Amino acid sequence: MPARAPRVVCGSVLANLRAVPSAEQPTSSAPAPPVPPKIDVSGMNFYYGTNRVLDQIFVKVPPNQVTALIGPSGCGKSTFIRSLNRMNDIIPGTRVEGSIHIDGSDIYAPSVDVAGLRRRVGMVFQKSNPFPKTIFENVAYGLRINHMSSSREDLSARVEASLKAAALWDEVRDRLSTSALALSGGQQQRLCIARALAVEPEILLMDEPASALDPLATQRIEELIYQLKARYTIVIVTHNMQQAARVSDITAFFWLGKLVECGRTEKIFTAPSEKLTEDYVTGRFG
Amino acid sequence: MSEPVERVVRHFQEELEQLKTRLLEMGGLAEENVRLAVKGLVDRDHDLIDRVLVGDEPVNSLHIELDSRCFTLLALYQPMAADLRTIVAVVKINTDLERVGDLAVNIAEAARRYASHAPIKKLIDIPRMASIAQTMLRDALDAFVRRDLALAQNVIIEDDRLDALKTQIFRELLTFMLQDPSTIEPALDLILVSRHLERIGDHATNIAEDVIFIVSARDVRHHAGEGA
Repeated sequence: MPARAPRVVCGSVLANLRAVPSAEQPTSSAPAPPVPPKIDVSGMNFYYGTNRVLDQIFVKVPPNQVTALIGPSGCGKSTFIRSLNRMNDIIPGTRVEGSIHIDGSDIYAPSVDVAGLRRRVGMVFQKSNPFPKTIFENVAYGLRINHMSSSREDLSARVEASLKAAALWDEVRDRLSTSALALSGGQQQRLCIARALAVEPEILLMDEPASALDPLATQRIEELIYQLKARYTIVIVTHNMQQAARVSDITAFFWLGKLVECGRTEKIFTAPSEKLTEDYVTGRFG
Repeated sequence: MSEPVERVVRHFQEELEQLKTRLLEMGGLAEENVRLAVKGLVDRDHDLIDRVLVGDEPVNSLHIELDSRCFTLLALYQPMAADLRTIVAVVKINTDLERVGDLAVNIAEAARRYASHAPIKKLIDIPRMASIAQTMLRDALDAFVRRDLALAQNVIIEDDRLDALKTQIFRELLTFMLQDPSTIEPALDLILVSRHLERIGDHATNIAEDVIFIVSARDVRHHAGEGA
């Protein structure tokens, strides 16, 4: 039984989700019905060998919102996001304690099909990693191996829909059979997003998706994230605090493996509750 | 070879548009309250006067809402150039409009006091002042929407007419008061009203100056830059 440290529970924001974004009534008085979390992380610890890198994390990720994870390097935010689709399983010597539920089901239960989980919980990485194949095949790949298309026409339609959702279609429609590696960095990253979207995930995890891109390509990715949240629940790790401020609804601040504060983004960036968060977002850290 | 630069419509722009819309709503309310207050004074209409006294509440809540919107936009989007100038200017215009709302209330209060006395003269110059002040306010906000430098410049020029009328009203009422001390109380209320209307013109002028700053990044306040 671990000692009970004061803990940050990110979940109280859920109750306010419907009340706050309304432009017409910024101070709605009607109590909003509680939204069940899409992802519910409870009492989570994470170990590399004997080294505990995440300590008693409680987070409720609301559906159809963008949740940003911020914090200095090595604070555990990438480890955290990778545990949401069990990408850490492939690293030897890692161990998870506590629970992570998606839609109420424990994703670390022995019966869980990990490949199925990763189809539901897609991921986009910092460095775009298209397959050395054509643009079309990059998007079609996941559909083929998951037997998700019934015919050639259906496959083409799904590839087109995914490329459109990733705001890439207009740029590549005339060269679908050319190599994906010939695309620019920003286009490659949007291709990776299209590839992730093709298999119809519910959740999209993004680990520094724009950190290797120029400002314009970054802006496109950020707008894309904003549009995608209507259909997906998005969790994004970013080193760029301004990016977190621009794209997210909820911000969680990690520090030395602990969740220091989690709340609505405008609150975190205008009036955080914790001194540590204040110091980090104002650049006084260290 | 140059690839066409695709413009990405940012959702920040939508929020900026909402901000402007709310600011205009506030301006409309403040202007309407000025109109009602002066009409209440001229017609000695207690209902109108009472409407102004309660009508300031929506202006006050918009004052708070707009500041909060600007605060959030600055914190979350780190706006640059024209966007930055616009948001900083909206913070200031917001304060000006809130003060206009307060001045309408002050006029209504003076009107209520004035109505308790017999009228000392037919009111001609005060409605003229009110009309000029309202037009200045409306033009300043139109200039804001249309980014119209000429219109903003015109608002600043109009302010001189308002100042002249205020001086004229003061001189005229001074004669009344010297001749008949019983007119002192109502005459002072009329002088106060003219002073409030002149202040409304000053706020419209501030807004016009902010518009010039938004559009051209020039600071024309206090005749700055004229000698440069």
